[in-house]
Amino acid sequence: MPTVPPDFLDGVRDAAPLHLGIAPFGLVAGVAAVEQGLSIFHAIGMSSIVFAGASQLAMIELLGADAPLAIVVGTAVIVNLRMMMYSASIAPYFRSFAARAKAVASYLLTDQAYALSIARYNQDDGTDRFAYYIGVAASLWVVWQISTIAGAVVGAGLPPEWGFEFAAPLVFLALLVPTLKDRASGASALTGGIVAVAVVVAGVPFHLDIIVAAVAGVFVGLTVESLGGDA
Amino acid sequence: MPTGYDPTTIWGVIVAAGILTFAIRGSFIYLFGRIDTVPTRVKSALEYVPAAIFAALVLPALVAPSGSLELSLGNERLVAGTLAAIAAWYTERVVVTIAVGMIALWVLRFVL
Repeated sequence: MPTVPPDFLDGVRDAAPLHLGIAPFGLVAGVAAVEQGLSIFHAIGMSSIVFAGASQLAMIELLGADAPLAIVVGTAVIVNLRMMMYSASIAPYFRSFAARAKAVASYLLTDQAYALSIARYNQDDGTDRFAYYIGVAASLWVVWQISTIAGAVVGAGLPPEWGFEFAAPLVFLALLVPTLKDRASGASALTGGIVAVAVVVAGVPFHLDIIVAAVAGVFVGLTVESLGGDA
Repeated sequence: MPTGYDPTTIWGVIVAAGILTFAIRGSFIYLFGRIDTVPTRVKSALEYVPAAIFAALVLPALVAPSGSLELSLGNERLVAGTLAAIAAWYTERVVVTIAVGMIALWVLRFVL
């Protein structure tokens, strides 16, 4: 009889507190999708094909506003660009995986799966890396799918005057706070926020706000860093 | 406001974003051995992307919810969002942030 690798179970156990954190986020993504006129199948498709919450919410809002399709996809790419860092940082540990395992690991790569796995690899050399990673990442995947579907089902019956669409910016707020690590990232956030407001208020067409704000924010962050803002 | 795009177009957007996101995730996992490290400059730039985009996704929804600047206590989203920001800062928990923001919005809308 095949046995479940203990490192897989460790991964599931370590991810458990995070399951509680992503469940409300998934609910919001499901509710937002149906509120913006997407079908429940779109919500499920997005969660399984894209599988990246922040970009899903950004895409849903832009689709609801009828933004040009290139802007919708481009914004999703910008929002997910941070995962390139994770890919680079975790790549040495995945070097010995077969091609198919690499594909699965890539598809399941998220902020949480990266953070937990890297911490474990650094701490314990003897870990079955694939088993642990899959324990973390696949269990997060399952929670994400269930909570999105639940959100999409419930969302169709929510009264509009309760303003549940406001939950989307609240999720981004919760994601923003941990990124404010030093002066340079604070400057980057401040710039990104103000530029986005300016673009929206000025009535710049095509919903370019996120893309323009990202470029301006990164530029200011790098500038502050080069001025010695490592405090 | 519901989207004006037809269902097939939305599927196209989902698949396109999915393929590109997979490419981002897989990039260095597949390239390892050929490109082992990200250039320092690129790495620093990538580090500032999350702060900038998350702020850009939050701030307009709070200070300009209907497209023009509304910096007053009459703007219920600004007030509820500020309370949620305080909750986010001290707890760093998604569920607490959502709860504080939504309850504040409902109190402002239905009670006060």
